[in-house]
Amino acid sequence: MQSLAVASKHKGVTYFLRRYGLRYVVMILAFLFFLFPIYWIFSMSVKRPSEYFHNPPVWFPRSLDFDHFQSLVRNRSIDALVNSLVIAGGATILAMIIGCPAAYSMARFKTGGRNFAFWVLSQRMLPPIAIAFPVFLLFRTLKWVDTYHGLILLYAAFNTPYVIWMMRGYFRDVPVEVEESALVDGASVFRVFWSIALPLSAAGLIATTVFTFIFSWNEFLFAVILTRSKVVTLPVKMSGFFGSESTFWGAAGALSVIASAPIFVLSLLVQKYLTRGLTLGAIK
Amino acid sequence: MQIIDTPVVPTGSKKSVEAVAPQRGKFIWGGRGIRYLLVAPSVILILSFTIFPILYLFWISFLDWTFQRRERPFIGLGNYIQVLQDTRMWEALGHTLFIMVVAVSAELILGLLLAQVLVGKLPGKQILIPLLILPTIMCPVVVGYGWRMLWDTQYGPINEVLGWILGHPVNLVWLINPKTVYFSLIVAEVWQWTPFMFLALLAGLSAINPELYEAAALDGATAWQTFWHMTLPLIRPIMIIALIIRSLDVFKIFDLIFALTVGGPGTFTETITFYIYTLGFKNFRLGYTAAMAFIVLILVSTATTLFLRRFSEE
Repeated sequence: MQSLAVASKHKGVTYFLRRYGLRYVVMILAFLFFLFPIYWIFSMSVKRPSEYFHNPPVWFPRSLDFDHFQSLVRNRSIDALVNSLVIAGGATILAMIIGCPAAYSMARFKTGGRNFAFWVLSQRMLPPIAIAFPVFLLFRTLKWVDTYHGLILLYAAFNTPYVIWMMRGYFRDVPVEVEESALVDGASVFRVFWSIALPLSAAGLIATTVFTFIFSWNEFLFAVILTRSKVVTLPVKMSGFFGSESTFWGAAGALSVIASAPIFVLSLLVQKYLTRGLTLGAIK
Repeated sequence: MQIIDTPVVPTGSKKSVEAVAPQRGKFIWGGRGIRYLLVAPSVILILSFTIFPILYLFWISFLDWTFQRRERPFIGLGNYIQVLQDTRMWEALGHTLFIMVVAVSAELILGLLLAQVLVGKLPGKQILIPLLILPTIMCPVVVGYGWRMLWDTQYGPINEVLGWILGHPVNLVWLINPKTVYFSLIVAEVWQWTPFMFLALLAGLSAINPELYEAAALDGATAWQTFWHMTLPLIRPIMIIALIIRSLDVFKIFDLIFALTVGGPGTFTETITFYIYTLGFKNFRLGYTAAMAFIVLILVSTATTLFLRRFSEE
């Protein structure tokens, strides 16, 4: 709108940066710094060993070589992708199913009040290492180590506070009058929740689902402690390619692409909600 | 609506409309039971996977329990006394705080600069910002291994580029040399999380009314004065929240250490989470590890409580 005209009038830092062309210098440097490492990791996946073990480094691979992806399929490393999908997907669905009604109850009935809301948030801030050990012992006793349901339940439990906190914010944004008139018409609370509150906060619902999925997808500490061979996730598989003796850069690059591509796509879907989702709704 | 309103509003109440609204809600929303029913599954799940383990942790921390022996004698505060004398733990805490302070400050400064550059109108902003944010959503383990390739002495691009700039071949062993390892580590951490800081601060800057800048310009304020006396105070609440979220997160740093330096050289970059992981899952000293984990838990809980107080003020 008027921001350009305003920018040329005021003497803020932004104006200063624009006036002397520094804006573009900073932007180009920033893009090099933030995107080059991603390019470099991904380029590993299509380079041959003679290219990534080369001094000076090969900046652009001469041809695209998909051998590393094929070998991931051949040696069944790709199973990690399935494991990650099952665990992150399962945990996300469970956390959403359990967390949304709680969030709704807290948003509409003020259940537990502020203290309960902050208790929920504090659960999200706990240092995972503090409970890593007892959880490991618990899982050993229950024979849940290296199982899908163990990790799914655990990740769902870790993410439920996030789901509650985010969805509570979104449900509060739904105008209460719409829901109340439905109640007056004789709808049950469940019906109002399901047919009015959820559809009206669909965008927030999708954003929260995506972030919960990304958090579960990227989790490493518990994955490395609680998986052995059957349900190894992508990040854990990744660490297998970096031994002290030999490193498989090509395979690691290919696995990085596989581990990053889905979350890159998902984050593009919810880019409007990036700020709110990453800052726990504190900044809208 | 009138009929429904009447019985709920207490007679003689001086409450505002906002205060009355939830009471009206209470009436038409039916019984109290349902609200607790909706919350119950979450509470049970959270209790069983966080509170129960914490209680168990507390109990283990009083036992002399290692995997080599069968019996687990109760030794009271024995583990705690030992832990507090553990110089390696204090060093690990020191490393953690050092990384936290340096990395989060760098993220703040770079994030603020970027936000200043990208605030306001800009062609292609819808593409630029999602691209800039990619590092933040990447898996930290992938980031760690990726930077291991970048810092590589022989085949990495960083030494090569430094060689161009300095005009002679550079062969720094970034991750093995104690003089450079923290720099390498912090650069990777800053690379991943500056976009987060940028995104939060951009939201803050975008919310500032442009008329305020005009007013400042009319008063003859310089760019620096405007920034220092107007912009900064206005984005302070958002800045503080972003700073605290990042600090709490960096305190738990593990994945990046695991992938990039493995705590090395020696224990030079060992952080508190990494040390506890090593103690517990490599050396299997259960009671001792539990005591240390509990101390960390108390430290973080205190910090979190202070944060939440702040959070509720904003």
